[in-house]
Amino acid sequence: MTIRFVSALLMMVFMAAPAPAHEEKSENLTISHPWTRATAPAQKTGAVFMEIATNANTTDRLVGAQSPDAEIVQIHGHSMENGVMRMRPVDGIDVPAEGKAVLEPGGFHIMLINLKAPLFEETVIPLTLEFEKAGKVEIEAVVEAAGAGGPSTGSGTMHHSGGAHGR
Amino acid sequence: MRRKLPIAVVVAVVAVFALGAWLNLRVAEPPESAAVGGMVINVDIGGPFELTDHTGTRMTNAALRGNYALIYFGYTFCPDICPTELGVIAAAIDELGEAGTRVTPVMISIDPARDTPDVLAEYVPLFHERLIGLTGTDAEIKDVAEQYRVFYRRFEDPNSTVYLMDHTSFVYLVDPDGAVASMFRYGTPAEDMADTIRQHMHSRARD
Repeated sequence: MTIRFVSALLMMVFMAAPAPAHEEKSENLTISHPWTRATAPAQKTGAVFMEIATNANTTDRLVGAQSPDAEIVQIHGHSMENGVMRMRPVDGIDVPAEGKAVLEPGGFHIMLINLKAPLFEETVIPLTLEFEKAGKVEIEAVVEAAGAGGPSTGSGTMHHSGGAHGR
Repeated sequence: MRRKLPIAVVVAVVAVFALGAWLNLRVAEPPESAAVGGMVINVDIGGPFELTDHTGTRMTNAALRGNYALIYFGYTFCPDICPTELGVIAAAIDELGEAGTRVTPVMISIDPARDTPDVLAEYVPLFHERLIGLTGTDAEIKDVAEQYRVFYRRFEDPNSTVYLMDHTSFVYLVDPDGAVASMFRYGTPAEDMADTIRQHMHSRARD
């Protein structure tokens, strides 16, 4: 057990105290309202949306994600040309210095492919996000209605990870 | 001659700009038939179809006659755009209240390989209790998509075992006579969609 682990534990204690509406914080990153939509049993995909803000003065980058609930997890973006929607995997999403990255319908999302079970409304799914600088951050996305256009304001389960410093 | 040439160039440039501005104005001027949030249809769009619904029953466009319909072309594997649009359609119908019962929501799959009636049967009730899911053979889907000027194409991701679909994302408002009355772009708010439908209902009631 290293000093890093102890400091991570301490950080958890500090951060666990006031629980704001569904937010996840690593040292510099704040991930707000991660959400996704309910799926039908035959529906094999889902998209996870959130806002990722950093108070660091350097740009970070979301470079990957995993979830135990999906076989494949990719970062996707959309482009619209002549009314044709194209959804494509992207290498990553920049979180600009002292700014934020927004993952929202019609823009960027984390795509869950080959869901192992349907996503039910009012449950949560765990995800591990991987950032170039902040390392791994654990979050839980709230499952909203299938046709939801955004996150409901209710708070989800807090789950603080000590693994804010990946490397 | 040397002096006249630049004048001719200036005149030509001004003329081009004037023409451009005039064309721009013409395009920007909203035609009288334009409805709020809807796009005006200048081309012949829509038409008859025969497809299979999510209960496995064959269904033609005639079944939609007498009511308004909101038709969307999408696919169930689509994680973002399609659920978003279907959510907007459902919200627009709810927004209309009682009048909403005269609007039938329809999703036509442009991915019939994956979207069998059974798959659609599990999918459609998540969005609206009256949402009809339609699928068909490749030829049937190609035919209806062509009538609605819907572009769709399979995209094979070289790094993945799954394919995605590129597709146009419009919602079509079909009137009780089966004619396309309005088209809505992706991103049209549900309230605007409901307003347009209400206007069509009112102008129809006046006629």
